[in-house]
Amino acid sequence: MRESEVMAMEEAREAVGDYDLGWHDPEHSTIRFDSGLSEEVVRKISAIKNEPEWMTEIRVKAYHHFVNRPMPGFGDREALEGIKFDEVCYYLRSSDATEKDWDDVPDDIRNTFDRLGIPEAEQKWLSGVTAQYESEAVYHSIREDLEAQGVIFLDMDSGLREYPDLVKEYFCSVIPYQDNKFSALNTAVWSGGSFIYVPKGIKVEMPVQAYFRINAKNMGQFERTLIIADEGSSIHYVEGCTAPTYSTDSLHSAVVELIALDGAHIRYSTIQNWSANVYNLVTKRGIAHKDASIEWIDGNIGSKLTMKYPSVILKGEGSHAEVISIAYAGKGQHQDAGAKVHHLASNTTSKILSKSISKDGGRGSYRGMVTVSPKAENCKLNVVCDALILDDESQTDTYPTMEVANASARCEHEASVSKVSDDQVFYLMSRGHSEEEALAMIVNGFFEPFTRELPMEYAVELNKLMALEMEGSIG
Amino acid sequence: MSDNQPVLSIKDLHVGIEGNEILHGINLDIAPGEIHAIMGRNGSGKTTAASTIMGHPDYEISSGKISLDGEDLLELEAWERARKGVFLSFQYPQAVPGLQVGHFLRKSVASIRGEDSAKGPVFREALKSAMEEVSIPRSFLSRYVNDGFSGGEKKRFEILQLMLLKPKLAILDETDSGLDIDGIRVVSRGINAAIRGSDSGALIITHYSRILEHVKPDYVHVLIEGKIVRSGGPELALELEERGYEWLESGNNEGE
Repeated sequence: MRESEVMAMEEAREAVGDYDLGWHDPEHSTIRFDSGLSEEVVRKISAIKNEPEWMTEIRVKAYHHFVNRPMPGFGDREALEGIKFDEVCYYLRSSDATEKDWDDVPDDIRNTFDRLGIPEAEQKWLSGVTAQYESEAVYHSIREDLEAQGVIFLDMDSGLREYPDLVKEYFCSVIPYQDNKFSALNTAVWSGGSFIYVPKGIKVEMPVQAYFRINAKNMGQFERTLIIADEGSSIHYVEGCTAPTYSTDSLHSAVVELIALDGAHIRYSTIQNWSANVYNLVTKRGIAHKDASIEWIDGNIGSKLTMKYPSVILKGEGSHAEVISIAYAGKGQHQDAGAKVHHLASNTTSKILSKSISKDGGRGSYRGMVTVSPKAENCKLNVVCDALILDDESQTDTYPTMEVANASARCEHEASVSKVSDDQVFYLMSRGHSEEEALAMIVNGFFEPFTRELPMEYAVELNKLMALEMEGSIG
Repeated sequence: MSDNQPVLSIKDLHVGIEGNEILHGINLDIAPGEIHAIMGRNGSGKTTAASTIMGHPDYEISSGKISLDGEDLLELEAWERARKGVFLSFQYPQAVPGLQVGHFLRKSVASIRGEDSAKGPVFREALKSAMEEVSIPRSFLSRYVNDGFSGGEKKRFEILQLMLLKPKLAILDETDSGLDIDGIRVVSRGINAAIRGSDSGALIITHYSRILEHVKPDYVHVLIEGKIVRSGGPELALELEERGYEWLESGNNEGE
């Protein structure tokens, strides 16, 4: 980073005020289903949305697969058994129409987004906003230049209505509903999410952002995102979550599919800050064609249990995958996160950087898999996973897997586990920083290789989140 | 505060670590604008003294007093002492990977001297001139605190912090160790700029007299086995340079 950028960063930090976490506005919904799931509920969701027959059928098939599919045999099986699927509400719509004009968005919802600073951020950073409030997008704007370039940026429901052929071609093409229990569940009951198509050769210069929140008690969020970057195009998609705190368990199970056609570039950045009762079970996978690249920048903070392994299938020769992730596991939290890359073609490269922090008895697990198929020549793989443990009650473990079936591959793997030293803390305290502030500085420093990949306001937000996490932590 | 109130006052200070007493009754007063040097061999208790004044939690104070401008420090944590105006230049500054120098400096100035001193142009100007004084290039700002710094860079970075934080009391623990002649000259320039002509006091801890040629102390104290055995003017440093410490060791307690 250059000096001018450093100073700009400093000024941004000054300018961004404090905000509270854990707040939520009164529920504002027009249609709310009773909790529990059945084929009837699945069909009803599809009917309300006026979906084409093929979508209804795939939902129903996925539902039955979900019911019959056992829980995953890895991760935190005990915590998984605690999910009460019958108590989850599978559909809730907070306002009737998808809004495009900010002035038409209901007041309490606007307040929520005001506190997230969206309008201001939009001026500087956004090329479009889609904000998912509860289950459906209520606000959606696309800047005119994006529209003029032919970029499609819609919530997924609108995408299906307006571009059924495109959706049909790619939906479930990267992540079939049979992939795992939770991708089946998502396929059965999905609602909201983003649909993006970037035409050939179009480079979207600014990050495109969406904000997701869980804001209704017992509200399951099953957003479905599909991004198609046509040949030679590029896009950076950003999503961030801050969830209010609830007294009952909440389920978040998203599916994100990325398709990078020849020479295309997709970067997908996420910061999730779920409240400590949320199950965050997400399937994210991209497929990279010839000379394409896919990058997952993935930040996981909070939740009761997160199981998430952003994946890339390197299908085309010369394609590249990058997964940079952080996980923060506090009290009663388990972050089971990592990455998967499959090298199916020659001259493909991948880089995985995974950093986790555990504190107050939290548990951070790295679960990674990199494979190289027999016919893939001259692949390069680099995996680095670092863990920082803040106290003796906390835990970290790594489950790295490398299956390399071609001897020409060059593989690098590094792992480290470290603790915060008293001398480090004392040094920072001697510069006027309380013990909590000192810890926040160390923790944010540890995450810095991730943070620097984020758009600036996300970086600032993440640093604030971690500082809040360090508060009240000193015995 | 009266004119003759010392910046730092230490009275009969006894300090130990893990039950072993290291300092056996230290007395020291530093008046505004004065520079004192504590000289002694390795293991004489110099770093214990520095760490104790700063408030390192590992050191146990069995008796005695430390006050800054007449205010008792012993009940305060290190960060509170820092905000009151105590600064320690570490012998072994700690690395904090990922924490950018520019950000760290601004946060530290904000916490110690207040937000107004850490804002835009005011801060940038102060930073620029201090960096020039200690020959630190602007590219330093985007590096990580002490991460991969050479020995000399670490020491210059400590002095840069001293200059920006403007403490009432600067403790410099072995700032000259590991520095070549040019390095000593540069950090000395920074120390003089920060202390001379101000109401601040400084305590330079060293076992060589070299740095004292560049930062002239008003008083020199010799620490042997946890006791100040002799105090004098700058000439005492020269005497130590010629004669070593042996002549002051046990059996010869004339300085006590």
